[in-house]
Amino acid sequence: MSLLKIQDLKVYFNARGKTVKANNSIDLEIRENEILGLIGETGCGKSILGRAIVGLLPDNVKIGGKIVYRSEDILNLSENGLRKIRGKNIGIILQNPSAALNPVLSIGNQISEIYRYHENMGKKEARIRTAKMLEMVGIDPKRMHEYPHQFSGGMKQRVMIAMGLALNPGLLIADEPTKGLDPTTKDKIIDLICELVINKNMSLLLITHDIGVAEKMCDRIAVMYAGEIIEIATIKNILSNPQHPYTQDLLNSLPKKGLNQTAGESPSLSSPPAGCRFHPRCRCIIGKCLKTHPQLMETEKGTSVRCFLYGNN
Amino acid sequence: MTLLSIKNLKKYYFCGLFNKKEIRAVDGVDLEIKSGRTLGLVGNSGCGKTTVAKIILRLIEPTDGRIIFKEKDITKLRGRELKNLGQEMQIIFQNPETSLNPRMKIYDAILEPLRIHKLCSTDKEYEKILKLIEIVNLNQELLFRYPHELSGGQLQRVVIARILSLNPKFIVADEVTSMLDPLVQAQILNLMKDLQEKLGISYLFISHDMDVVEWMSDEIAVMDEGKIVDWK
Repeated sequence: MSLLKIQDLKVYFNARGKTVKANNSIDLEIRENEILGLIGETGCGKSILGRAIVGLLPDNVKIGGKIVYRSEDILNLSENGLRKIRGKNIGIILQNPSAALNPVLSIGNQISEIYRYHENMGKKEARIRTAKMLEMVGIDPKRMHEYPHQFSGGMKQRVMIAMGLALNPGLLIADEPTKGLDPTTKDKIIDLICELVINKNMSLLLITHDIGVAEKMCDRIAVMYAGEIIEIATIKNILSNPQHPYTQDLLNSLPKKGLNQTAGESPSLSSPPAGCRFHPRCRCIIGKCLKTHPQLMETEKGTSVRCFLYGNN
Repeated sequence: MTLLSIKNLKKYYFCGLFNKKEIRAVDGVDLEIKSGRTLGLVGNSGCGKTTVAKIILRLIEPTDGRIIFKEKDITKLRGRELKNLGQEMQIIFQNPETSLNPRMKIYDAILEPLRIHKLCSTDKEYEKILKLIEIVNLNQELLFRYPHELSGGQLQRVVIARILSLNPKFIVADEVTSMLDPLVQAQILNLMKDLQEKLGISYLFISHDMDVVEWMSDEIAVMDEGKIVDWK
């Protein structure tokens, strides 16, 4: 059963007269009780996709397509309608917790705000619920009167998780929840998110560039490159049999596999190369790649690839 | 041949009421780095890795201990001698976005160390910078942009080009790739290894990613709570 369905989503920005195509016709489905990983390089548009789902994009954006959450199209909702969805149905853990938390409000205030607004709770009741949430993510509830600067990076991330989960949303979006944390803290945060997501029967969209993290957590993986999804498959298939040359390069660049280099850099999103967007860096280039843009095609059950080497593309 | 060795290095901080609480950030560390080789330094965050690196570069004063670089004690160097030391020892920081001045163009950022150490006559500056840019595989077009217009991987290359302008013998790499994604990480680390082969640079490679350290280093030291607990 699909919980969230994204159809032909286009997110374009206007910057100095150029159109930046941050997301170009994204099709993605998140099923019930599923952990879906979204991996790709910096600047390939994965955070934009996460933010587009909850409508947190700046004003100079042009969005097209459909985002359907439990048979309701949430893309064209008004700001008021969106506010009711955010937090309650779709929670988000934003990148970089030290920037996402308000430095002049205590942690307790920031979390109980959610209950006060969404559930019209009184101050006392909200505080009790906040204490429960903090305990759940492993922070001493006594510290709810403290401010973000008094917490370490890992603790702030825990606060963000508590905020994302406060209203038991059906879908949680986690944008790089382990960026900048050291390995021990990273493992703890991963375990915590996994445990809570599984216990509460939620779905999770995990946005990351850390393949190790994705490997530990996800059921399925979508690989993004230059604003497009180029491969979707189960985690097992991606790791044992990656199909798109980019996915292969990505996996070969891991230290375990010997840090193999791929030449070049990811293309600019305002003037992407014609044809396949990966062709300037691709090892297996064929004549077609230069001119025609490949489509995302199912090659076997559960695996789709955007490449001319596979299927009947 | 030993390029750098540190002996019984200590750094204590005093804090709390009446400075009575003592924090031992680095507590008796001995290390040895051979020329042209890489020493990996691993450990949890907060175990004192970066403090050791900063003491070696004389960015902070040690409480006790000695640093010997090229058979010369540099623990107490001051003034011009200390400045000249900066030519031979350099550091690459974790976050390239915060290690470059946001109001300086890339060209000026690379030029700055050359000017400070008076290594190049004014009419040859442009040529020299083009050469440096070529070594780190950066595009010439980027020279007259500002840091915020470049990606993390490009910025890290700029930082490396900037350091190479001084021909250092020893570079501290403090978590250079933890902010970068896998493909860019592979590019930067391969670049660092190539430079080592070509120019005979020694690295102190600090990281908490074991796989990366194993790939980069000839020897590995493990730190915990200010002490070296393992060496291989």
